[in-house]
Amino acid sequence: MNNYKAQINITLRAGILDVQGKTVEHALHSIDYPMISQLRIGKFVEMNVEADNSGAAAKLADEACKKLIANPIIEDYKITVSESE
Amino acid sequence: MKYGVVVFPGSNCDHDAITATSVYAGAETVEIWHKDTSIPEGIDCIIIPGGFSFGDYLRSGAIARVSPIMKEVIKFANNGGHVLGICNGFQILTEAGLLPGTLQRNESIHFICKDVHLKTINNSSAFTTKLKNDTVIKIPIAHQEGNFFAEPETISELEDNNRVIFRYCDENGNVSKEANPNGSINNIAGIINEKGNVLGMMPHPERYCDPILGCADGLAVFESLNTNLSK
Repeated sequence: MNNYKAQINITLRAGILDVQGKTVEHALHSIDYPMISQLRIGKFVEMNVEADNSGAAAKLADEACKKLIANPIIEDYKITVSESE
Repeated sequence: MKYGVVVFPGSNCDHDAITATSVYAGAETVEIWHKDTSIPEGIDCIIIPGGFSFGDYLRSGAIARVSPIMKEVIKFANNGGHVLGICNGFQILTEAGLLPGTLQRNESIHFICKDVHLKTINNSSAFTTKLKNDTVIKIPIAHQEGNFFAEPETISELEDNNRVIFRYCDENGNVSKEANPNGSINNIAGIINEKGNVLGMMPHPERYCDPILGCADGLAVFESLNTNLSK
């Protein structure tokens, strides 16, 4: 068994109104950053996964996302797996 | 009539639910701790109360739904037992897959705590027989994630099968954008599952059961359950 680091970026799915992101975007516009747009706020999860190889670690992380970490009705997620230091 | 109220760390409407069902609706009510692995004998209806179970960590209701008792609650519901999820309880029931859709952040981003009006859409459920269809009741809401969302096909299924139980409306019963406090699709405030034995609603009927508080409209939900489920 090896140790892998799984990093998960969770964002609201395209088309789901991100009210928090919109509010921060408006706040940036009010302090003179009109060039910033399409701001989305998400969550970042980092965890250690024990597995035989990185593919197996990614599969376990994906299962964990589907079952608990993300809500597939409104959220997308992206998993990056690397060797643990 | 016997209710069981599930208590999670962070539940804060459990005692209101106990008082509403026992003192005002005259039933027997017991608490069920979230780590329990069985449901007490003779329970007719389980209430998943409001609050901030597990501090709303990760997502509202996400952690509570993996508590040991939830396996039993799912079995109870699948065997036809009645389950009422209020506010955080509604969020937990969607996370547990007992109800479709999800409750996302209010459109206004704010936590909203105020009285709202609800239009009774379906009074044939065990939860609403004491109300007439189109009857308007006044019930408080207190939430930040109450904006009901589901895929269009899920919404059609709910609408076509009369599974929307309550909609937000104004005091005259007009279901309008202005009367929608949180952005919920079609002003949906409460839905039932396909079998009709699981109701989730964001407003708090248990908070309006004592006339001394100025309104006892919430009692109709518990009186409906008493009438329909009493052995």
